[in-house]
Formats: sequence, structure tokens, C-alpha cells
Amino acid sequence: MPVLFEHLPELWQGLIVTVQLTAASFAGAAVLGVLVCALRVSPVGVLRAIGTAYVETFQNLPLLVLLVLAFFGLPEIGLQAPPLATAIIVIAVYEAAYIAEALRSGVNSVSKGQGEAARAIGLTFGQSLRHVILPQALRTVVQPLGNIFIATAMNTALAAAVGVVDLTAAAHRVNLVEAQPIPIFVGAGVAYALIASVAGFVTGRLERRLVILR
Amino acid sequence: MSTALFDEPGPKARRRIKVATVAGALAAVALVALAVRQFAANGQLDATRWQPYATWPMWRYLLDGLWSTFLAAVVSAALAMALGLVLALGRLSHRSWVRAPAAAYVEVVRVIPALLLVYVVLFALPRYGLDLLLFWKLTVPLTVSNAAAYAEIFRAGIVSIERGQTEAGLAVGLTRFQAMRLVVLPQAARRVLPSIVSQSVGLLKDTSLGFVVSYGELLYSGKVLAAYNGLLIQTYLVVALIYLVVNASLSKLARTLEARQPSGGLSPWRMSRRSLP
Repeated sequence: MPVLFEHLPELWQGLIVTVQLTAASFAGAAVLGVLVCALRVSPVGVLRAIGTAYVETFQNLPLLVLLVLAFFGLPEIGLQAPPLATAIIVIAVYEAAYIAEALRSGVNSVSKGQGEAARAIGLTFGQSLRHVILPQALRTVVQPLGNIFIATAMNTALAAAVGVVDLTAAAHRVNLVEAQPIPIFVGAGVAYALIASVAGFVTGRLERRLVILR
Repeated sequence: MSTALFDEPGPKARRRIKVATVAGALAAVALVALAVRQFAANGQLDATRWQPYATWPMWRYLLDGLWSTFLAAVVSAALAMALGLVLALGRLSHRSWVRAPAAAYVEVVRVIPALLLVYVVLFALPRYGLDLLLFWKLTVPLTVSNAAAYAEIFRAGIVSIERGQTEAGLAVGLTRFQAMRLVVLPQAARRVLPSIVSQSVGLLKDTSLGFVVSYGELLYSGKVLAAYNGLLIQTYLVVALIYLVVNASLSKLARTLEARQPSGGLSPWRMSRRSLP
């Protein structure tokens, strides 16, 4: 236990980086995911195909392969950013595929009649989306999005494998110095569990707020 | 075809769709052209840099890596499924001293990154005299973390079987265990098959952690190859392509199995843990 307090600054710095990675890449993934979802539900065949290709590609590639490709491959064609930014972009691009699929299943869960009724009373596309479709779709996706958030937090640990000093990497470094793996790794595990349980608590509250009893 | 979002397109909408088709296609082509230009500008399109990947020894080496990936994935999938089934039955047990530890295992492992488990096996266990073979250093953490996911899938499958099935089994004189084994599990197994396949795709993706363990699976083979021939982006792109082909085929299989289910089966989204009692 004392070993954790001795190295608190390093571990704290690692935790900050993990939280930054999680928050920034989830925000990026949400924006990109909405775009990809819009492509996948559009009435234009070519756009649907592009959306499908995106989702298929990034759901079927391991995140670590993408990280390695971005950290060691892309500099070869002159694309290089600071490590933290690179990791955030890669994780956002990867998780966007999952968010797009969650959102799409939400949109698909709204029955066809709802949209037809909205159009029948003369709402425009934007209005029917805002007042009828999205309020119903978003309710069903709170829980899946919460699970994706937790998965994102867990996946940020992979950035440690390509040299970003996040919580996992910090724990590894402290262990190299102190050689007391049990308290150090358990401490890191507890920190991840805290992040996940905060996310679980928030989504649970949100869902109870938004749930519709039919 | 009308959806919740759009009606059957009329003449105006059809015109707009045509415009969007052209614009979308142009945007996609422009994006590809940009990527190709970036490759060409940095001399990564030279034939000499891609030629090696048209030779058999290179592919034999990478396919060896793929074989090791399969081996690790199959072994940890088998172990994780066995452990997952035990955990699922444990969580559904009537005895709280069985239920509590199984639930605790699933809830704890769910929120620990697989890489952290790999570090524990790599750096913590040897200190306590448990130095595993390289193969097990990869498969043990993957088994531990995926067992929780399989357990939740099995549990959702078992819960989804109507109670009447168990009751009918008990009524004809089976014990609880027999009713589970002979009546409920065979039906549940069929129902969760698509989810099991897609979770196994996730496990196959996780074997890329061999990169950290230095176990010679596909990604680590790529790393060694890239260090040897210096063709970084080419090697990693080829490795990514192999992963993509293998995993996309498996995902396709999962979708086919799901489509063949009588009632659409259980999609992973409907099985989120909070939807269960």
C-alpha cells in the first residue's frame, strides 16, 4: 500500500491521461458515429455502402493493429501527430463504428408508422427527426452507449502498448522500479473499476429519467 | 421501400438521390486519390516496396503467424466458454454462496482492461514463481477476461428459455441438474450461437495482444517482419488486411446464423446486462 502513495504523482498523471483519452475519444467517436449512422440510414445507395464499409472495416480490425499502423506506419507517408492526439483519433475512429451501429439499432427500433404519422401531419424531415424519431430512438440507446463508453475506457489501455503513458503504462513503470506488482496493479484495476462504475451509475440514472412506460 | 425516416421517393426525391449518388461517389474517389497521392509523394508506392508481398516466403511467414493466432484464439475460446458456462450456471444458482462469487467475478473482470491482465501475467506472476510459457502468457489473460463475456451471453440465453420448459422437465421427474442439461441448455445453446460467434471474433481481435507478450501471432510476426525489412506501412497494411478478411468472414457467419434463428435470436444490444434480473 505505501508504494501507491509514494508514487502517487506518476499514477495520478497516468489516471489523468486515461481520463483524457476516454473523454476525448468518446466525444470524437460520438460525432463521427452520428455521421456514419446518417450515412447508413440514408436513402442513397452509395452513401449507405460507404457507411457499411466503414463499420465493417473498423469492427473487424483489432484496435491494437490500428494503433500500431497509426504510430509506426503512417509517419512513413508523412502523417504524424503527437502520441496522445494520435491515440485519441485512432480510438475515436474505432469506437465510432460501434456507436454508429448502436444509433442505427435505435433508429430502427422506432416503428415505421411513427415516421409516416409525422409526415402525414406535415412535419418536415428535420421536424419529424427532432420531435418524433430522435426522442424515441435515443431512449433505447442510452444503455448500449453506456456500455460502449465503458469499453472505450478499457480500450484506452491499449495505448500503453504503443508508448502513451496512461494509467496502465504508469502502473507498469512504477512496478519496474518497485517490483511490488500486487498493490500497484490492484490499485490500477480499482481506478479502472471506478471509471466504469461512474459511467454505469450515470447511464443508469439517465435511463431511468428517459424511460417510457408503455 | 419506406422507412421510419423516408417515404418511397417521388420524382423530386429521385432526382436528389441521383445528385447525392454522384456527389458521394466523387467524395469517395477524392478520398482514395488523396491517400494514393500521399503514398506516392513519400515514395511508398515504389514497386520494390510492395514486390516482397508477392512472394511466397513472405506469405508463408505471415500465414504461420495467422496459424498461431488461430491456435491462441481457439484454445482461449474453448477454456473461456467452459469457464463462462460454469459462471453462468453459478449466477443462476439458488444458493447465494455460489451466486455471489460468480457475480463478483463477472462484474470485476468486465471493468479491467485485458492489457492490465496481460501485464499481471507478464510481470507479477513470475515474481511469485509462476512463469508460464509464452503461449499461456497470452491465452490465460484472454481466457480470464473473455470468460466473463461468455458467461453473460450464456446467462442471457438460459434466462430467455421459457420457465415452462424447466417446469415440464421437473414434472416428468428430472432433477434440476438434468432439466438444465437435457432441456434448457440445448435450446439456449442454439439461441446464443450468433452471439458466441461474434464474441469469438472479439477474442480473435484480442489475440493481437501477442504484440505485447512477444508471442509469434499475426501482429507480432508483422512487427518482426517490419523490423527486418523496414517496410513498415506495407507490412502493417498487409497484416490489417489479413485480420479484416478473417474477421469479416466470421462476422458474416454470425449474421447468417442470426438470420436463420426463428425469432431473430438475441442481438448483443438486447442482452445488455441491465436488461436481466
